[in-house]
Amino acid sequence: MTQHTLSVLVEDKPGVLTRIAGLFSRRGFNIHSLAVGPTEHPEISRMTIVVNVEESPLEQVTKQLNKLIEVIKIVELDPDASVNRELVLVKVGANAETRGQVLDTVQLFRAKVIDVAPDAITMQITGNQGKIADFLRMLEPFGIRELVQSGMVAIGRGPRSISERHQRPVAVPAPPAAV
Amino acid sequence: MSTETSGTPTTGDQVTGAQSLVTSLEAAGVTDIFGIPGGAILPAYDPLMDSSIRHILVRHEQGAGHAAQGYAAATGRVGVCMATSGPGATNLVTALADAHMDSVPMVAVTGQVGASLIGTDAFQEADIRGITMPITKHNFLVTDPAEIPQKIAEAFHIASTGRPGPVLVDVAKSALQSMTTFRWPTELHLPGYRPVTKPHSKQIREAARLILEARRPVLYVGGGTIRAGASRELRVLAEMTGMPVVTTLMALGAFPDSHPQHLGMPGMHGTVAAVAGLQKSDLIISLGARFDDRVTGNLDSFAPGAKVIHADIDPAEIGKNRYTDVPIVGDCREVISDLVVALKAEADAGHSGDYEAWVAFLSGVKKKYPLGYEQSPAGTLAPQHVIERLSAIAGPEAIYTSGVGQHQMWAAHFVQYEHPRTWLNSGGLGTMGYSVPAAMGAKVGRPDATVWSIDGDGCFQMTNQELATCAIENIPIKVAVINNESLGMVRQWQTLFYNQRYSNTNLQRQGGVVRIPDFVKLAEAYGCVGLACDGPDDVDATIEKAMEINDVPVVVDFRVHRDAMVWPMVAAGTSNDDIKYARDLAPDFDEDDL
Repeated sequence: MTQHTLSVLVEDKPGVLTRIAGLFSRRGFNIHSLAVGPTEHPEISRMTIVVNVEESPLEQVTKQLNKLIEVIKIVELDPDASVNRELVLVKVGANAETRGQVLDTVQLFRAKVIDVAPDAITMQITGNQGKIADFLRMLEPFGIRELVQSGMVAIGRGPRSISERHQRPVAVPAPPAAV
Repeated sequence: MSTETSGTPTTGDQVTGAQSLVTSLEAAGVTDIFGIPGGAILPAYDPLMDSSIRHILVRHEQGAGHAAQGYAAATGRVGVCMATSGPGATNLVTALADAHMDSVPMVAVTGQVGASLIGTDAFQEADIRGITMPITKHNFLVTDPAEIPQKIAEAFHIASTGRPGPVLVDVAKSALQSMTTFRWPTELHLPGYRPVTKPHSKQIREAARLILEARRPVLYVGGGTIRAGASRELRVLAEMTGMPVVTTLMALGAFPDSHPQHLGMPGMHGTVAAVAGLQKSDLIISLGARFDDRVTGNLDSFAPGAKVIHADIDPAEIGKNRYTDVPIVGDCREVISDLVVALKAEADAGHSGDYEAWVAFLSGVKKKYPLGYEQSPAGTLAPQHVIERLSAIAGPEAIYTSGVGQHQMWAAHFVQYEHPRTWLNSGGLGTMGYSVPAAMGAKVGRPDATVWSIDGDGCFQMTNQELATCAIENIPIKVAVINNESLGMVRQWQTLFYNQRYSNTNLQRQGGVVRIPDFVKLAEAYGCVGLACDGPDDVDATIEKAMEINDVPVVVDFRVHRDAMVWPMVAAGTSNDDIKYARDLAPDFDEDDL
C-alpha cells in the first residue's frame, strides 16, 4: 500500500461530499484523510483526499470519481512537487513544573500556544504528517488531554494552477429521434 | 438546438412549477410516461392531463420503472417514469438499480415533500436522492421552481449520452405549487461531464496491429454495442476480417444468431463454442462489454493466453477486472467504424489476419457441441421446446423480454435473435419481475411489434399486477409463463450443489393438486385471455392461438417439466475451462487442433 494525495475539484453543490464519501465506501476504498473547502472560483470546491491504495486500484478510484457528474477534475499530487500541510490543535497537561518543558517543545517545532490554563496548555501546529507525528510523540509524556486534527491540504509547487482551464457550457441537444 | 414544445405556455409566461415540469418534459421529447400519482407529485398530474404526453397509470411503481426500462431498451429513447415521494419513490429503487447496471437511459421524476418539510420526517418523506445516489448515474433535488427546466434538460442529457443510465429528478411539492416562468435552457451547466465518444487514433492503429498479428482473435460483443446502435458496423467488421463473434447476454441480437461466424453467448451458461472461443483465444476484442463475473468465471484462469483490446465509452470499465493491452475510450459505433477504416487500409496494403485454423477449430467445437437439451419424460413439456417453438412462430421481428432464472437462459439460447433491441432482460442486477412490465414498456414504445414476455412462474408473481395496466391501457402484450412450479434456477443449484435438498423452492403446496394461483383464471381476472398448455402436442396450436389475439393481453401457462436444467454450465467461481456441456459431461477439446 502506498499513500496518494488526490486534489479533486468539484462543483460546490449540496450532496457532493456524500457522493464522494459514498463512492469510496461502496467500492471498498479507505479514505485516510479528507479536507474540503472553497477555492479561488466561487462555484468550485476543492477536496484533498489522502488514500492508501496500490497503483491499479488507485486508477479505479480516480476513474470512478471522474464519473461523478459534479467532479470536474482530479489531479494526483506528486509528493516531490507539492507542499502539504495539516493543522493540529492539542491540549496537554502542564503545571508550573512541566510548563517550561512543554514550551521548549513548542519552540523547537515552531508550534504556537493558543491557550493556557493553570494545569494545561493548548497548542497549534501546522506541518506535514512527519513533523506532526514527531511533535505529538514529544508531547505524549505530558499527557495529551485532547487532540483535534484537520485533513491534509496540499498544493502543487510552481506557477501553475490546477483550476486554470475554464469550462465552457454545453448547448442543449435536440431531443433524441425515434429509432 | 431545436426546442419544439407542443404544449403551452410559451417562454416567459407565469406558470406553476408543475406546468413548467410538464412543459419541460414535452420539450425534452417525452411522449410516454409510466407512473402513479400521490400527494407530493399531485400538482404535476393536473397539467399532465392537458399535455401531449401519454401517461400510463401502472399498478406499482416498480412496474413503472421496468416499463420505462423496457421502453428505452426497445426504442433507444429515454424511458420516463413518475412517482410520488416516500414509498412511491422507494418502489422505483429496484428498477433504477437495474437500469444503472444495464446502462439503460431513463429519467425518473419523483415528488418530494414541500421544501420547508424536508428533513422533518414528514408524511411520506424519504431522502430518495440520498437513497439513489449509488444506483443512478446522477440525481437532483429541485426546490426552486425556476430550476425545473434546467434540471430536466440536464437529466435527459446525462441519461442519454455517454454511458447511458438512470437519472432521478426529485421535485419538492412547494416547487411544483409555486409560480415561476418557463424557460427552456439553451446551455447545460455540467462542467464535470464530458463523455469521450471519439476514439483516439493511436489506439485504433495499435488495435488494428494486434488484430492483424493475432492467430486466435475473438470479438467479445457486449450490450454497449446495442446501446450505441453499432450492429451494422459490427457486422462489417466481423465479415471483413472473418473473426469469430460471441455476444453476451446483454448483446443478444447485436449480431445475427444465424450468422456462421457467431459462436453464441459466453459465460456461466454460455455455449461451449463461445466459452472456448474466449478461453483459448490469443486476442479478445471487447466491444462495449465489461468482463462481468458471469462471463469470465474465475478471473485468474480466464482466457490466460489472450491479449485484450478493450473498447468502452466508460473509462472506468477498462482495466477494472482484466488487464487491458490496448484501451480504447469511445462510443462503440465510432470505435468499430474507425477499426473498419484502419483494417480496410491495411487490407488494401495487402495485410490481413490469418485465422483459418482458429475458425476451423471453433467450427468443429460448434458442430460437436451444439445447443441442445434432454428430452423430458414422455407426455411432459420440455421448457426449451416451448421457447424454441415460440421463437419459430413469433419470429425474429418480435421483441422478447424475460425475467431472471432458468427461463431467461433458455430464452437466451433457444430464441433466435437476428436484430438488436429485440431481447430485453435484466442482466446485471438479475431482477426477477422485470419481464412483464418491461414487455409493457416495449409494447408502448414499439406498438407495431409483437412483444412476448417469457417469464418464470416465480418471476411472474412478482410483477404480474401490470397485466391490469396492459388490459386497461390497451397494451396487448403476450406472456409465456414457463411454469415449473418452482424457483427453477435455485432448484437447479440445489440439485447440483445441495444434494437435492429443495429448501423453499417449491412454489406449490407439497403434493397439491390445485394450482395456486391458477394463472389462467388470474389472467381472466385481469381482463386478459388465459391459455394453458400441458403437453408437447399442444404447443404450436397454443402459441398460434396467442398470436392471433391482438386486442387484449394474453397469458399462456406452459406447464413444463420440473427437472429440466440449464446447460452448458460453468459452476460459480470455477474456471471456464471446467465448463460442463451437460450433467457430468465435460467437452473434450483436442488441443492439437489449435
